[in-house]
This record gives sequence, C-alpha cells and structure tokens, in this order.
Amino acid sequence: MGSSTRREFLQIAGVGGVVFASGLLEACSKLGTRPDPSPAMADDFYFVQLSDTHWGYKGPANPEATVELPRAIDLVNALPQAPDFVVFTGDLTHTTDDDQERRQRMAQVRDHLGRLRVRNLRLMAGEHDASLDRGAAFQEFFGPLRYSFDHKGVHFVVLDNVSDPKGILGDAQIDWLSKDLKPLPKEAPIVVFTHRPLFDLKPDWDWTTADGTRAIDVLHAYPHVTVFYGHIHQEHHHQTDHIAHHAARSLMFPLPAPGSQPKRAPLPWDPTHPGKGLGLRDVDTDPRQPAYNLREIPLAAES
Amino acid sequence: MRLAVLLLALLAAAENPGERVVHVVARKFTYSPDVIELQQGVPAIIELTSADRDHGFTVPDLGLRIDVEPGKTARVRIVPGKVGTFEFHCDVFCGSGHEEMAGRIVVSAPGAAGGTGGH
Repeated sequence: MGSSTRREFLQIAGVGGVVFASGLLEACSKLGTRPDPSPAMADDFYFVQLSDTHWGYKGPANPEATVELPRAIDLVNALPQAPDFVVFTGDLTHTTDDDQERRQRMAQVRDHLGRLRVRNLRLMAGEHDASLDRGAAFQEFFGPLRYSFDHKGVHFVVLDNVSDPKGILGDAQIDWLSKDLKPLPKEAPIVVFTHRPLFDLKPDWDWTTADGTRAIDVLHAYPHVTVFYGHIHQEHHHQTDHIAHHAARSLMFPLPAPGSQPKRAPLPWDPTHPGKGLGLRDVDTDPRQPAYNLREIPLAAES
Repeated sequence: MRLAVLLLALLAAAENPGERVVHVVARKFTYSPDVIELQQGVPAIIELTSADRDHGFTVPDLGLRIDVEPGKTARVRIVPGKVGTFEFHCDVFCGSGHEEMAGRIVVSAPGAAGGTGGH
C-alpha cells in the first residue's frame, strides 16, 4: 500500500461511501488487488465499531433478525485492509429473564464472532446483556465489564454504565477512571467506549447515564478525548465542550431521532429495503493529531 | 441527581395530613394507573409500590426520581408548578418490556376538569 493511507486506498478503489461485501470484493478484483489481512501501518490505524445486535430479538421491527450479525461479519471480513481491532459497544444480546436462554444467546454470538478474521476483539456489555444479572453471564462469556488498553499511542477506556440496573457508573468506577488516567500525559489521545451516552441526550427516553457527568468531569481535564457509544441505534454526534461523542447504528433495528416521535419505539421495518437504517462504522485514527475520521457503512441498500 | 434526591427528601418532610394521595403500582412492564392527573398548585402525594421486582420512577422534566422496591412504599410529594404533560418512566432496567414501561402526569389549571385520575 506504500505511503497511501487506507482512506486514500478506498478512494482509489472507488469503494468509499456505501459498501457491500460483494461489490467491495469485485472492486478489489478489478484493481488486481486482494483484501489485505495484514495489520495497518505503524502510525495510523483503523478500527471497526459494531453495536446493538440484540441477538435473540423477535419482533416486527426486524423479521430477519438472524441475518444481520452474519451479514455484518461478512462486511468486516471483506474490508480491503483488516482493521486493527473490532469493538462492540454493547447489547450483543436481547434481554431475557431466563438465565439459561441468556447464556445460550451469548454462546451463539460468541460462535458468530469466531468467524471474524480480526482476532483482536474488544467487547463490552449493554443493559440487555448485563442489567438483569449485574453482568454475571457476560463476564463468563466475554470477560470484564470495564477495562483499558493502549494501542499505537492511543489510550482506550471501556466504561460500564449498564451492569447496575439503574444505568450508572458508580463511585468505584469513577475512582477507577481517575486512577487509570492519572499516569497519562495531559496531551495523550484518549478514546472512551461506553454503551449509554454519558451526557443527557434524552433522559425521558432513558438515553443518558445518571452520573455520566461525573465521568465527563474527569475526562474534561484531558484535551484529546473522544467517546464512541451505542444504545440509541442511530448515528449521532454531540460535543460536550472539547469532548466529541459519536453514537453508532444498530445491527437489529433503528430507533427514532431524539424527540422526533412521542415514544422511542423502533422505526417500522421497511420490506422494500430490508436492513434500512442498520450499519457499522469504521474509524480511521491518527494518534499524532489526534484525529478520527468516521465512515458509516450501511448494512444494506437504503434507497 | 443528588439535588433531586435532596429535593424529594425536603418535599417528603413537608408532607401535610389530608393531602391527596395517588397510589401507583409498578409491575413488569406497566404502572397502574399510567396517567396521573393533578392540578396546578395543589399538593399531592404519589405513593408507589412494586408488585414484583425493583423498578424506578423518574419524571425528568420535573426533576423527580425514586426507587420502587418490593416490600417498601416510596412516597413523592409534588406541588405542580406548571400546567402540562410530563412523561415518567422506569429507569431501573427490569426486562424485555422495560423500554415501554412509562406513563404521564397531566397537570391541569386550577378549577379545570381533571385531577381525579389515580384515586
């Protein structure tokens, strides 16, 4: 790939914007290239955000509920250059009161994720995964609820605002966040992954974290912080001072824009455009700026 | 949230005998009643119990929230300061119908019809 960035490569290949697995592979074939599974360049890199699969959902908002996750995995596997990692910002499964059924759904998700060519997965829970058992099953299958890691100069933090059924972070986690960030230089690029929005997007739709402002206050001391989250099943961008917050689409059903209808009921399924409103995102990351270029990838044709 | 809790505590302390009490039962995934009719400026006590598991009762536009737990009675005193409709919902995740567990408080002007819901 020489000195070209991945985005430049995508533009050259003519696959920027709407991407479908078959079309992408065809485009690469025409150029005489093949999908490159090697890691991204040493400096800049990209990751993929998946969110809100709600595996196990059965309802009118998506009569093809078992199709979307495999389709998303196919899309990620077909990307011309493999992402450095894939993050899943919660609600892997749809909630159930049956502990055994919850574990069965998680086992099925784990099996599906096993098909990803990218082996570096960063998973986190949503309230549908973790609120009824305080994250017990999730931790059995997928690991800790909160953690941090470093990747090519960026410090990533995964926050848990779902395993407490009140949708809070809690004192202990706020303290943990402060201590986790303390060794970092002030100018360090920091990316936070969380399920619920940390800010009050629409509290009467439960699109908030009751004590999220406490986390934002901790993060505020650092000038290069970006938050990626799920929960609201749509692309959304918001700033709290210098901190950018980006919500991702769902892989199961889209929800309405905040306040656009009386209730937060899912948008109706469109039989003429199955999968409309669903998608994933890739994030080009340049730690030197730091800068994040977001590309929304629809799961299916939208028009 | 701490401010809201403090406010609720102060309001509860100011409760007076003889004030109207509206009983609300929370259960997966409804409130009964789910419409509470009040009158502007007339104090009322909303008394909540749970028929099954932990729930919450929050009215973001009025800055009210309280836990509703089995075996306990949660009481919120409210003196509606403005006319309008105010949505409430459960903010303690309670299962597959949690997102639909909601209702509304309808505050009418003094002397207007209404104000009888929830007796």
